[in-house]
Amino acid sequence: MSPITTPPVAGANDTRALIFAFALMLAGIVIAPFALYPVFLMKVMSFALFACGFNLLFGYAGIMSFGHAAFFGSGSYIAAWTVEALGFSPELALLAALVGGAAIGVVFGYIAIRRQGLYFAMVTLALAQLLYFACVQAPFTGGENGVHNAHRGAVFGLFSIESDLAAYAFVSIIFLAGFLLVARVVHSPFGQVLKATRDNEARALSLGYPVMRYKLIAFVLSSALAALAGGLKAIALGLATLTDVHFSTSGDVVLMTLLGGIGTLFGPVVGAVVASSMWEYLSRLGSWVTFIQGFIFVLCVLAFRRGIVGELAALFKTKL
Amino acid sequence: MTIFGISVVLLLSQLLLGLINGAFYAVLSLGLSVIFGTLGIINFAHGALFMMGAFIAWMLLEWLGIGYWPAIVLSPLIVGAFALVLEQVLIRRLYKLDHVYAFLLTFGVAMMIESLFQNAFGSAGKPYAVPPSLRGALDLDFMFLPYYRLWIVVASLVLCVVTWFAIERTSLGAKLRAATENAPIVQALGVNVPRMMTLTYAGGAVLAAIAGVLAAPIYSVSPHMGTDLVIVVFAVVVIGGMGSIKGSVIAGFGLGIIEGITRVVYPESSSTVIFLVMAIVLLVRPRGLFGRTS
Repeated sequence: MSPITTPPVAGANDTRALIFAFALMLAGIVIAPFALYPVFLMKVMSFALFACGFNLLFGYAGIMSFGHAAFFGSGSYIAAWTVEALGFSPELALLAALVGGAAIGVVFGYIAIRRQGLYFAMVTLALAQLLYFACVQAPFTGGENGVHNAHRGAVFGLFSIESDLAAYAFVSIIFLAGFLLVARVVHSPFGQVLKATRDNEARALSLGYPVMRYKLIAFVLSSALAALAGGLKAIALGLATLTDVHFSTSGDVVLMTLLGGIGTLFGPVVGAVVASSMWEYLSRLGSWVTFIQGFIFVLCVLAFRRGIVGELAALFKTKL
Repeated sequence: MTIFGISVVLLLSQLLLGLINGAFYAVLSLGLSVIFGTLGIINFAHGALFMMGAFIAWMLLEWLGIGYWPAIVLSPLIVGAFALVLEQVLIRRLYKLDHVYAFLLTFGVAMMIESLFQNAFGSAGKPYAVPPSLRGALDLDFMFLPYYRLWIVVASLVLCVVTWFAIERTSLGAKLRAATENAPIVQALGVNVPRMMTLTYAGGAVLAAIAGVLAAPIYSVSPHMGTDLVIVVFAVVVIGGMGSIKGSVIAGFGLGIIEGITRVVYPESSSTVIFLVMAIVLLVRPRGLFGRTS
């Protein structure tokens, strides 16, 4: 059983809808910093990229990871630490985060891929918790305090991104690159095989596809993107904390993807925007925010499984 | 007295502590395993139900003056009734869908329950006194063994045996096992499978709540006492093999003891050792120590 099923054939209409939605998103990215606080927007884009990476695995490969904070958090720590301790420039720090996240993804994926379905969720959650406790004790994470004072520096040592707007442009470029990569992967032959595996693993296997290897590659891709997103967040905000690796962050990314629409290209982005705005707006309610998050989870699962973008796509009879 | 430079008394006291943690692992993973076997879902709210068990015992004592012994019956019944409603109103609607949705639902429910208790009672732990009848300790010459800790181990072993008996040796248990194998056929034979699923969920919740009441006097009662525990229990379930009662019990106690030994030998990794064991077990024997091939 797969979490979602979408019509298999993409027509010219779908392509037009995708291009229209992408143009809309692009316009939003250009206009937003004039109306809203750029640091908040950078955080939203980091989470949107995180959710896109998660959705690649959950929405398209049908694999539910409940430990994606492990990759987001490691990316965040690696980027913050390489900037602070080694004086890396932002693009090198992000590269380090990406490679580090992929490496952890290989190890976790290799272990977790042995179990399927909800077992996979439990195993990834447990492995992420292992990494969390390692981060609590490791010397370079700063324990409860986290890594602070990671200056944004200059891209390639040339273009300073110390100002919020310059950093915003940098984060936007990385986010768009990540988003387009996911879109490319989803529409590639590789992506088609992932979807085939999601819908009917036994059939994909009998057609001769090395299903396990495809799943592992999807997992590593997804974890690398999550780590890149974590690194982006660390560069933009200048800090990495234990919250980034905590399992509640794994829950956050699931909620964002679910809210926006599982298995849709734009769903994770919309979900990240809506969820982040909501938490920001509701933060004055203090501990009630957790209650509202839980309530939205329940609501989405019971009555709103297609998510915002999924509902829109159904309304316009297209794919988004 | 020391062995390899490690104090024997220290080792024994940590072993005892490990045995007690193991008792909780065993009872909680047993409940999770039974629910999974019948309903096919992983109950993330298990930690929240455990916490509710402890909190309701605390409330009964603080507000109504009801002591430990009535509370260990009343509190699980209240939690069981809550679980009954939860299954009927929410979880039931998701059986026909991918089980991921039910898992996410219980995650959301757990967040809501914990947040409610945190808002009502704050994050700080509440003390719950050991019942007078179990105060004091057994003098074993080399160490003191508090009666209450002994009671936890005995009570959880009894719970495990009772659950095993109910599932393996009663006709209701036989129907339950049959429904696990092939629900439609069992339904066709005239067994009310949906009702059995409701009762199973409530039964798992009762187990979690009893564990919560047992835990109240030794851990402080707090809204988050179940969250981290439930993740460890997930690892225990993966190690023991889902759907195996024997696996739950042996893995639960065994891992508690391993954790206790680690706390003496290499304290730095006492919080991670269970997850490491899980990773190794998955590499060597993916279906878990006592799990059947799926």
